[in-house]
Amino acid sequence: MKEILVLSGKGGTGKTSLASSFMYYAKSCIACDYDVDASNLPILLKPNKLQDYAFSAGETACIDNESCIDCGVCAALCRFDAITSDPSYQVVPLSCEGCGFCSHVCPVQAITLQECLAGNWFISQTPHGPLVHARLGIAQENSGKLVTLVKQQARALAEREKHDYVICDGPPGTGCPVISSLSGAGLAVIVTEPTLSGIHDMERVIEVCRHFDVPAMVCINKYDLNDTNTVAICDYCRERDIEIPSMIPFDKSVIEAMVEGKSIIERSDSRAAREIRSLWKSVEQKLGENNAHLRV
Amino acid sequence: MLGIAIINGREPEMQIAVASGKGGTGKTLLATSLMRVLASHGPVLIDADVEEPNAGLILGIRPCTTQEIYRPVPAIDPDKCNYCGKCAEICNFNALVVMVNQVLVYNELCHSCGACAYLCPQDAITEIGHPIGQVELTNLGDNGILITGRLNIGEAQSPPMVKAVKSMHRSAELRIIDCPPGTTCSMIESIRNSDYCLLITEPTPFGMHDLELSLEAATMLGIPTGLVINRWQDDDYTIGEFSARTGVPILARIPFSSKLAQSYMKGKDPLEAMPALPFILSDIIKQIREALS
Repeated sequence: MKEILVLSGKGGTGKTSLASSFMYYAKSCIACDYDVDASNLPILLKPNKLQDYAFSAGETACIDNESCIDCGVCAALCRFDAITSDPSYQVVPLSCEGCGFCSHVCPVQAITLQECLAGNWFISQTPHGPLVHARLGIAQENSGKLVTLVKQQARALAEREKHDYVICDGPPGTGCPVISSLSGAGLAVIVTEPTLSGIHDMERVIEVCRHFDVPAMVCINKYDLNDTNTVAICDYCRERDIEIPSMIPFDKSVIEAMVEGKSIIERSDSRAAREIRSLWKSVEQKLGENNAHLRV
Repeated sequence: MLGIAIINGREPEMQIAVASGKGGTGKTLLATSLMRVLASHGPVLIDADVEEPNAGLILGIRPCTTQEIYRPVPAIDPDKCNYCGKCAEICNFNALVVMVNQVLVYNELCHSCGACAYLCPQDAITEIGHPIGQVELTNLGDNGILITGRLNIGEAQSPPMVKAVKSMHRSAELRIIDCPPGTTCSMIESIRNSDYCLLITEPTPFGMHDLELSLEAATMLGIPTGLVINRWQDDDYTIGEFSARTGVPILARIPFSSKLAQSYMKGKDPLEAMPALPFILSDIIKQIREALS
């Protein structure tokens, strides 16, 4: 079982489109969506939710106003400005980190910590295989923990059902959910676009992959929209020995498919679809699987 | 420049957050263009997308000064520590592990709450700075100031970096915040204390889905919001219904323009590529002022 993680750094470069297409080409796979706060793979795959679980992580402080003596020690020591005194001492849940400092210093033990429901995670069925995904509550921390949970569940399911691949739609950025999603990944496919921000963000995410020792390859989406920037991406990758097996041309049918909420591959004759298929072959090869089981 | 009194001299300070939910919908385009249009007011643009900061690239400027940012993490004084284990017991993030004659500190797990240092019975814990990134400052003369936060590679926690970048130039007349995508803690930290939140989206199912989530986040913080549709093509998609249902107004529609996309790719001024853009932006500002008055 091999794990492929689609990343980009910058949002909106085509992670979800690419991950859903890979799912179509992989003969036997499980998909997982690590973008736990704005999960988009389900919009394309229209999954049938089979199982729904609550995810609790972290705690929030709670002040019992009956016992509180208004001494203000908690508010003075809290570094997250999570305690207000107006009209009585209260915790602002959106600011509380759940460190519990206040509960230790309260002279009358009026503060307790309560576990908070941080989100939900799901196992669903799609036409191309199972999907493990999640929905983190708004403003919740612990997105990294939820990513780890989704990962563990997807791996266990892949082992149990003997799937060849776990195909993961990664989160944007370089912070905690990205770091969690990289752990144990066999290959990161970094999709970028020939814009200044696309290049910059790709460079940062390549550095993160190196930092955590995950091999990476790059795919340039809409490569034909700006030659200068595409050449700059190629040069950058060549200097660092990073393969660019495929470049996807700008293709209006991709936008049309997106607006309709469909996968690009459902128009298998498009130029974009052909490139993605060849990219998938390279991914399989890179992972040491030479027998590419293509459906199309 | 536009003949519109956007913010008169003595108006109170204003902070506008530009957020989106989905990435790649045009936050940085909108934030930097707003800065350009409002140049005469000496705006402060804060790039709070500290994991992938892009505003400087789009404006084509390099930082003038760079400041290292640290957050406090515990350091154990081995002469005072008696390995009682109290710190590990208190720490809710498992950042401290006490062994027989050693205390291990995991900086990446530490949330810098300070509880261990305050509560150590032996007074054996002090706090030292752990580098998390840089704040870069670029003074654009009369056209304002750009402040960028840049999180170190491999550093997981972005909210302390967002706080650091937002703590600069607090009293400016006008602050524009370019926020990170999503609805996690760093996005909340970015939009917090703003007077208004602009949510920019694209007319696709993905844009729509993430827009709903980001509106929920802004509403939780009680920040008034307005919508901007980017890459608009003669159709509001379902955003029109969404606006009617939630009462959040559509402030502007930025039409799809391959000329704008092309010039953006080259890092050129979008206001020149789309002559209507300055007027669209001024109109957004006018509507924000009306909403806040």
